[in-house]
Amino acid sequence: MVHQYKNNGYNIVLDVCSGSVHVVDELVYDMIAMFSDKSKEEIANAIKETYGDTYSEEDIADAYSDIEELISNGQLFTEDVYKDVIIDFKKRKTVVKALCLHIAHDCNLACKYCFADEGEYHGQKRELMSLEVGKKAIDFLIENSGNRVNLEVDFFGGEPLMNFDVVKEIVAYGRSKEKAANKNFRFTLTTNGVLLSDEVIEFCNKEISNVVLSLDGRKCIHDDMRPTRNGKGSYDIIVPKFKEFVEKRGDKSYYVRGTFTRHNLDFVEDFKLMADLGFKEISIEPVVAADGLDYTIREEDIDRICEEYDKLALDIIERHKAGKPVTFFHYMLDLNGGPCVYKRLSGCGSGTEYLAVTPTGELYPCHQFVGIEDFSMGNVFDGVKREDIVDDFKLCNVYAKDKCKDCFARFYCSGGCAANSYQFHGSILDAYDIGCKLQQKRVECAIMIKAALADLEEGEV
Amino acid sequence: MKRIKTLTNNTLNNTVVKGGCGECQTSCQSACKTSCTVGNQSCENK
Repeated sequence: MVHQYKNNGYNIVLDVCSGSVHVVDELVYDMIAMFSDKSKEEIANAIKETYGDTYSEEDIADAYSDIEELISNGQLFTEDVYKDVIIDFKKRKTVVKALCLHIAHDCNLACKYCFADEGEYHGQKRELMSLEVGKKAIDFLIENSGNRVNLEVDFFGGEPLMNFDVVKEIVAYGRSKEKAANKNFRFTLTTNGVLLSDEVIEFCNKEISNVVLSLDGRKCIHDDMRPTRNGKGSYDIIVPKFKEFVEKRGDKSYYVRGTFTRHNLDFVEDFKLMADLGFKEISIEPVVAADGLDYTIREEDIDRICEEYDKLALDIIERHKAGKPVTFFHYMLDLNGGPCVYKRLSGCGSGTEYLAVTPTGELYPCHQFVGIEDFSMGNVFDGVKREDIVDDFKLCNVYAKDKCKDCFARFYCSGGCAANSYQFHGSILDAYDIGCKLQQKRVECAIMIKAALADLEEGEV
Repeated sequence: MKRIKTLTNNTLNNTVVKGGCGECQTSCQSACKTSCTVGNQSCENK
């Protein structure tokens, strides 16, 4: 399968199944489009008809042989040969390697779009995780992680800093177990920033390998969607703290992460503000919300959002040119050293290698399923009881989803988010259609940026 | 190939042989909590 598109003056050919990316001229672009169903002579005639004398017989013959060379190198028109290996791979016994610890089912903000219902997750009690449950979760992870060395624990909420003392003690407990168990813990934390203090900053910069700082962008946008519990804006409380945090963070990883909604489809302005504030690692994601809400993204917004993604890509290229590069999470792409095909096709790991733990120790397939009774899998004290849920998620991959079969982006999104699929279709084997279209656009932009940066490196721009 | 610039020097097919170790980061642990982006993760087994 080949996906061809034009963006920012580049003619891009993505050979989907090999992952090969080619930037080509007009002649080759048009010839590849005809290659599968026309003979060499028919292609040559069609080119002459379209372009007149622009290309000589020799040009056309050279282009044709170049295309044939790519095919023989396994870089064009390759077949999807992964289905059987992936299904066998997924049948293997899986291990748990990452936990999302809901350290606080409570929050000090009242963000309007919160999928966690400000910590209540479909009507759960507002409560904090005890150290006992936290330690048990670490034990559960070690016991169920087989030979995996790198284990991940995310402190999530609600707002995890509302239970900071327990966070510190869980980290210390995990570290105390690393050597004997031959494990390497990577702790991550997602925070709204309200409770960031010098002590928290110092701790996070020492122990937390990646921190996600929630900021939506412009003050008016952020304050509208992320008010405090008494209805005031939170922008002025958190931005100075985020700046201080990032300044002190050195080269340790972080993301300033925002959500855009129907209220700010011009989210490039929010990206620019974040970049201009000095943040270098930025993520802005489309809100996923129920139909009918005023801020929910609608089908009719897709074209507008895609135009915005194009603008964002150009802005990122300009920042590179100016020697001030900024990373946008969804445009990160490592064309040569990215994940293996198993990773790409087997999904995000929810329900199998990635589980969420509630404050009382209950296990769910991921943070977005927490509180949905049908997905309660067991608890950290007694382990996973619902192996049937594990099996359902194990078989949830792109080959099990009709919508993914002909999608060029399937090697980049792995079939999309199971929770989004469940929310909109009541099944984890479907796909959230608006999310798919935006994902496809982001992949196209990310590849185009690679083409532009390759030109920059070669001094062609 | 004067009309074609290939940006990749590896193909997904090559990763079938040595891939699947599972040591890489879980995608939702980075910066996305509401979507699924796997293609931008890094391989830990290069």
